[in-house]
Amino acid sequence: MKLAKPMKWLASGLLASLSAPAFAALNILACEPEWGALAQELGGDKVSVYTATNALQDPHRVEAKPSLMARARGADMLACTGAELEVGWLPILLRQTGNPKIQPGQPGYFEAAHYVRMLEIPVRLDRAEGDVHPGGNPHIQTDPRNIALVADALAKRLAEIDAANAEYYRQRHIQFAARWKTAIANWEKLAAPLKGIPVVVQHKGFPYLENWLGLKQVAALEPKPGVEPSTAYLSGMLGQLQRQPAKMVIRAAYNDARASEWLTERAKVPAVALPFTVGGSERAKDLFGLFDDTVQRLLDALK
Amino acid sequence: MSFKCKTLAASIVLALAAPLSAQAADSAELAQIREQIKQMKESYEIRIQSLEKRLQQAESTAGSALDKAGKADEKAVHAAAAPAAMPSTSASAFNPEVSLILSGTYANLSQDPVNYRIGGFLPNGGEIGPGQRGFSLGESELVVAANIDPYLRGQFTLAVTPEDTVAVEEAFVQSLGLGSGFTLKAGRFYSGVGYLNEQHAHTWDFVDAPLAYQAFFGGQFKDDGVQLKWLAPTDIFVELGGEVGRGSSFPASDHAKNGFGSATLFAHLGGDVGASHSWRAGLSLLRTSPQGRAYDDVDSTGAGVTNSFSGDSRLEIADLVWKWSPDGNPVYTNFKLQGEYFRRHEDGDLTYDVNTANITDRYASAQSGWYLQGVYQFMPRWRVGLRRDQLDGGSVDYASNNAALGQAAYNPSKNSLMFDYSPSEFSRFRLQFAQDKSRPEATDNQMFLQYQMSLGAHGAHKY
Repeated sequence: MKLAKPMKWLASGLLASLSAPAFAALNILACEPEWGALAQELGGDKVSVYTATNALQDPHRVEAKPSLMARARGADMLACTGAELEVGWLPILLRQTGNPKIQPGQPGYFEAAHYVRMLEIPVRLDRAEGDVHPGGNPHIQTDPRNIALVADALAKRLAEIDAANAEYYRQRHIQFAARWKTAIANWEKLAAPLKGIPVVVQHKGFPYLENWLGLKQVAALEPKPGVEPSTAYLSGMLGQLQRQPAKMVIRAAYNDARASEWLTERAKVPAVALPFTVGGSERAKDLFGLFDDTVQRLLDALK
Repeated sequence: MSFKCKTLAASIVLALAAPLSAQAADSAELAQIREQIKQMKESYEIRIQSLEKRLQQAESTAGSALDKAGKADEKAVHAAAAPAAMPSTSASAFNPEVSLILSGTYANLSQDPVNYRIGGFLPNGGEIGPGQRGFSLGESELVVAANIDPYLRGQFTLAVTPEDTVAVEEAFVQSLGLGSGFTLKAGRFYSGVGYLNEQHAHTWDFVDAPLAYQAFFGGQFKDDGVQLKWLAPTDIFVELGGEVGRGSSFPASDHAKNGFGSATLFAHLGGDVGASHSWRAGLSLLRTSPQGRAYDDVDSTGAGVTNSFSGDSRLEIADLVWKWSPDGNPVYTNFKLQGEYFRRHEDGDLTYDVNTANITDRYASAQSGWYLQGVYQFMPRWRVGLRRDQLDGGSVDYASNNAALGQAAYNPSKNSLMFDYSPSEFSRFRLQFAQDKSRPEATDNQMFLQYQMSLGAHGAHKY
């Protein structure tokens, strides 16, 4: 019986993992790092958070990997953006794992985009417009006021799912909300010089940031979401930038640097790589660091 | 409006002029004018306020109506819903997701596809070979899917072939949230054995299925039946599954009895290695008991005959897929390595020439095959792929029918090289060259040009 030993190992491994959830905290599967970080802020040691994607990954283009299937199987709750950002992989996870707690409509299915005012809701739903999202632009996490709104809803949801610790979540939320409010006031004060500054974006991923800080988007390197620019489009844009110069070209950490560097070279516009989410830069270790760094990088580019 | 504006302007002028002529003006008259201006001001302020209020209301109604669209799944927004905006969409709001796959091919083949066969392997009547020469339409696939109720989801895939025949490719219901890691599926569906078997043709990385799939399944293995899968509650991906079915397609033969004609078992294991690598490995078994599985063949005299096999067919598959992308972001560059190994044993009785000679004797075969492919996206939208197909004719014993049906042992093989360009997530153009040594007598040099388009609902793809 050569198989006996590995079988024993497998069996004991299975048993160990079967018994583990009994003592464990609330298992949260966060689709994006910002919601993972927020769930950790609000849930403290009562939650165990697994983040499905990292800041260097384009959340549109993640796959329903085996590791994610395994995590979705054991999740008590999902914390995702929604608005079809995860449409290419989350439905598979939900269907294939058969976990009733995280199916749409259940308390364990949390979509952040429900709790904020969506921008760029397309008036024309046609794939000729590129990869548009019918619910509006899903990159809501670049405005800290949205984070506050989502925090309110997420804290309530945590309390609903894990009623035994409801008071704990409520207290942590109060503390977080207060710290966050002060932080927003501080960022807004620091970022005052950014108001009205013309910028170019690499991907249309920043409407919420622009809306918050009053940045003025004058051009986008991607003419339509997910559509590669033609040379005619780019030369047209260069001409436009000569008439109406921009102060910087911004991109997310997961975007390829080449497109913005091309513009930096041609139009002498400094390129700024923003962390975009938690983990997108050295300083963006948590939600506070994310906006400290975002504001700092924008201000540095202005100098 | 213009009259009122003029009055307002006149009063303002008057009011401004008033101090200059204050002494001259009668104080009572002045007070009257002031009173009039005050009234006008108040009335305008009230009207502006009410307009602002109406504008705000309209905005929020429109906003929440838009928010509502497609987000009917969460309770939270229900309170804020604008009922006035709902009726226009209610009739179609529950329409299923619909998507359509269009594909077409141009093929340049050095050998006539009419003579195509996989040397040394029993013909299986499946969709094998390189297809037609010249321009041809691929299968058009219509997929309709929706949640049926809180417990079930249904999916229907209709394939329309270029010959204008319609086939139900898949039609199944699947449990939603059964719990404890279980998923139940019933209907017609692609079996969970192997890796590529469950994937629809439009998600393949090459124009055609690997030779092993063509030889052992006649394309892909699907059946009418039920499937139960269980996902272990572990951090590493462990999935076990099994199916029983009618046995309606090769290597089974239609099972017109109670019970089932095919059974499968499969186990998948998978996980990540760091942020950049992910993998899945699997072992599968397919067992069928074909009864009177008829096929057309050519005997040693060169005459066309129909033979028939009854017995046991056991197929084992080992599969592995490994994906790499820098930091797990496949947008710019990524690499996928994929391979499967097949081994089949068939034991039973074979009837040679059922229509005339009709000689039945023992038949036993042990054959195997594998493919290994790598696909590299070297820049956004552009990929290159290489595939090696190899089959091992193994041992085939027709007993006393050896004289009529026995063939020299042959190991078919094929090399394919493909390039594809995807302008967007929804469209793809492909160029493929292949050197196909399926036939013992000749090498078929193939060139394909293909397009594949996906219209409608954004489908999520399996790993």
